[in-house]
Formats: sequence, structure tokens, C-alpha cells
Amino acid sequence: MSELTAGKAVAKTTATVAAETATAKKNEWRPISYWPFVIPAMIVVMAVIIFPWVYTIWMSLHEWKVGQAPTFVGFANYLRLPSDARFVESVGHTLVYTALSVALPLILGTLAAVIFNNKFPLRGFFRGLFILPMMATPVAIALVWTMMFHPQLGVLNYLLSLFGLPPSLWVFHPATAIPSLVLVETWQWTPLVMLIVLGGLSAIPTEPYESAQIDGATPWQTFRYISLPMIMPFLFIAAMIRMIDAVKSFDIIFAITQGGPGSASETINLYLYSVAFVYYDVGYASAIVVVFFALIVALAGALLHLRQRTHWNEAGGSA
Amino acid sequence: MRDFLNKLGLTFAFIVIVSPAVLFFLWMLSLSLKFEIDNASYPPVFIPERINWGNYAAVIESKRFMTYFFNTLIVTGSATLFALVIGVPAGYGIARMRARKSAIVILIARITPGLSYLIPLFLLFQWLGLLGTLWPQIIIHLVVTVPIVIWIMIGYFETTPMELEESAIIDGATRWQVFRHVALPIARSGIAVAFILSVIFSWNNFVFGIVLAGRETRTLPVAVYNMISFDQLSWGPLAAAALIVTLPVLLLTMFAQRQIVAGLTAGAVK
Repeated sequence: MSELTAGKAVAKTTATVAAETATAKKNEWRPISYWPFVIPAMIVVMAVIIFPWVYTIWMSLHEWKVGQAPTFVGFANYLRLPSDARFVESVGHTLVYTALSVALPLILGTLAAVIFNNKFPLRGFFRGLFILPMMATPVAIALVWTMMFHPQLGVLNYLLSLFGLPPSLWVFHPATAIPSLVLVETWQWTPLVMLIVLGGLSAIPTEPYESAQIDGATPWQTFRYISLPMIMPFLFIAAMIRMIDAVKSFDIIFAITQGGPGSASETINLYLYSVAFVYYDVGYASAIVVVFFALIVALAGALLHLRQRTHWNEAGGSA
Repeated sequence: MRDFLNKLGLTFAFIVIVSPAVLFFLWMLSLSLKFEIDNASYPPVFIPERINWGNYAAVIESKRFMTYFFNTLIVTGSATLFALVIGVPAGYGIARMRARKSAIVILIARITPGLSYLIPLFLLFQWLGLLGTLWPQIIIHLVVTVPIVIWIMIGYFETTPMELEESAIIDGATRWQVFRHVALPIARSGIAVAFILSVIFSWNNFVFGIVLAGRETRTLPVAVYNMISFDQLSWGPLAAAALIVTLPVLLLTMFAQRQIVAGLTAGAVK
């Protein structure tokens, strides 16, 4: 029995060695020799990306305030979360903020992509102008939006008055704080959706459009039955990226409202900042990080699931 | 006639969709060039009769502005250069080993909130006694720049042709020589894209600075944020400061929009 196994092992080893020399001779392109190119980056990624992940999990199992010694508490930090009203509230804010910040840029970005898909003079220049909001320094634009939101002197209330609408308190009232921040987020990130969808639109061949024109289809019909199905995968990618960024949104909210008024616009990320760097409760903050990450993964999973279901529906519908 | 109406409709839709972006930055410019009297008037003045360049002078001459400017240059420059030095070869290696799956780490890094790196690294820097220098910010900006560079370079090296590299190997070149003299020159446009995006995202970064920067080590976005809390009442200098901070990025976007679009959509669509 043992002899047999040993024999097998030997045979196997010889076979592998033979195979390896054969590939080495036949194919100089042995991947293994590319390791030196990758190792420096691996070390850096381990140090600044992987180490924080692992350390965060370790910290989340400890009661630890900066300046004190950590004590192991198991899952106590996690068990604290459901009864932490401020945390629960922040999850709600995050979900509302995210849903709006995905939906609005998706709709407007698609519209913008349809417009930019036409040929017109200086298109490149205008595309450059159009993407400025998402490239500009977030804090700098947050500062200008804060001035624009000002209830008495802000230009936004003046614009409302031009349309005969009553003034709003914008970010200075709990009920309008999140919608106002979503306005900024939408203004900022519609261009990214536009770029992704534009990539999809420009890949569609012209034939379907030509035959649709001959058949006398309206622009809406053309969009609904030709463009939309073709850009669905791109819309999905845009929704995914938008979701990930909106959940994590920090700069704009922090610079404009700091989560206020009160805690009306405090998202998980904002609360996390307070726990970690105002209260210095790093153990609890780490638990929030882990749950926060799990939430993002869950939302991404839900989006994937949604896409698979719509695929199935489309197939069912056409059959 | 119908053609004309279509064109008119398209032009109208175009103006509606582009104007929020354009008007915002024009308003920013307008705020930064007005005297306080004009900034505080209602209805708002769009084009002022008198232009106040003093707002810009006040920002540039203000204490430590130059320090903050150089801090930003040092942090962004070092983090970008270092990311290119290690990220370009890594992108090459991963593409040639066909180990794209290993790039999942980079995708997860993209999903993880920035704050989750800050807590452990903050404690690490504190322990190492690095707080108060620019090192913590340079190191933590690698969290932003390294994944961008690696991700973009994998995409570029996967599409560059292998024939030249193979023939160079047959001629007896080492892997390093092949990379240095064959692959690298071909990927020059990819490196430009990685460089531009890395610079922009590092320059714009705010969250790392508010935690790690002290009075002497602030970068410009953090310095601008601190201005809000101190002199909230004078809008002119505030808007001027905001415009100065973001102007390099706006110019880079306008001049390199082709590369930026290529880089952003390449990352998104693959």
C-alpha cells in the first residue's frame, strides 16, 4: 500500500518535472519569471491596503480608546451596533442618500449621453466642460455650494424666485438637508454616468437606427427599443460604480453640513469619522468599518441579483 | 423644416444639460472677483462693475498659503511618482502572467471606504512618531494612487502586442530589458493616463488630510476647509481660495480630457 503510494508519488514527480522542463524548453514565456516586476507593488499593497484590513478586524474585537490599552471583548462592539440609535439612523440616511444619488445621475447621465452622442461642433471641448464637476476638488466645490445654499444671500433661492417658487432652507433644515446634498452629488457625478453610457451608445451599429427611421419610429421608440436594451450592461456598471461611491460619500457631506443640522444628514461614513477621530473609540469604529464594508458588498450583491433577474425576464418575454 | 426643429430641440436640450456645470464655475469666478458689497447684495450681481483682484492677493499673501501649496505638491508628486515606479512594472507583470484575478485586491480596495485605512494607519503613524511630518500623508495617498496606476497599466499592457517582446527575448534580451526598451515605450500613452488620474485624485483628496495634517503639514484642500470655519463671512477670498485650489485640476481636465475619459471608462467598462 505504502509502496504503491510512494511509487505513485515518484511517478508523479518525474512526470511534473518532465512536463516542466518541456514547457521551459518549448516556451520561454514562463510566467513565473515576472514575479520581480510585481513584488515591490505587492509589498506596498500589503503594507498600506491589506495590513489595515486585517488590523481593522483585530481592533474590532477589542475595547480600545486611543491612549489606553486594548482589551479583548469578542463581538461586544458588534452587539453594541443595533442598540446604537445614532448608528441605526445613519444607516437609514445612507440608504436614502444612496438610492437618490444612484437614480438621479443615472437618468440625467443617460439623457446627457444621448445628447452627446450626436455630432456637433466643439464636441470634445464641451465634453471637457461637462466633466469638470466630477474632476474638480470636492472641498472647493462644496464651499461654493454652501454659499449658493445660503437662505438669504444664496443664488439658488434667487433662481427659485425667478420661477416664482418659495425660498428653501436647503442644507439648513433637517427635511431638506439630504435632498440638497443629493443635488450636489447629482451635479457632480452625472458626467461619469454620461461617459460610461456614451461608451455604450457609440458602440451600437447604425443599421438598427436606419431601419427604425424607415419604419417611421419616433425618437422615444428608437431610444426605448434600440438604444436602451443595448446600453443596459453599461447602465448596470454605472449604477454599480455610482452606488459604491455614493455609499462612501464623505467630502461633500463633511464640508457642507458635517452631518447636520443636528444629525439629519449623518451617513455611516460621517458617524464613523466622529467615532474614530472625535471620540477616538477605535475599537468600536473598526466594528462600524467591518459592518459598513459588509453593507457595501451586500448592496453590490443585490444589484447583481437584480441584473440577473431582469436578464431572465427579458429572455422570458421574448420567448 | 422638421430637420431644423430637431436641431433646435437638440440645441435646447444641450444647453439645459451643460449649463449647470458651466454656470457653476462662472458663478465661482464671479464670487471670487467681487467686493463684499456685491457678494452680499440681493438680487445677486453676476457681472460686477468693479473687479476686486484683492481677493486673490489676500489668499496668496496669506500666512502659510505657499507652505500649503508646496505641501500639496510634495504629497501629490511623491505619491504619484512612487506609484508609477512600482505600479507600472506591477501592471506589466500581472498582464504578462495573465494573473488578472490577483487584481481583485484592487477592486476590493476600490470598494473600501477611505476612512477604514485611516484608523489603522493613523495608529501606526502615531506609534512610529511620524505625525507632524508629511510622511503619513505621502504614504496614505498610496492607497489612492497605487491601485489607479496598477489598474490602468494592466489594461494597457494586456492590449499591447506581444510579437516584439517575443522576438526581443529570442534575441537574448533579459526580461527587464524587454520591459524597459520594448514594452515601456509602447505603453507611454497609458502611463500618461495613469499619471494624470493619479495626480488628480491625490490632489483632490481631503479625508486623509483632515486627520493626518497638522498646522504646518496641511494640503490645500484641508487649508481651504479650515478657512470656512474661520472667516465664514467674507465670500470673496473664500471663493478665490477655492478656485485657486481646484484650478490646476480644471486646467488639466480641459487639456487632457481625452486621456481622462479613456482612463475613467477603461476602468469602468472592463
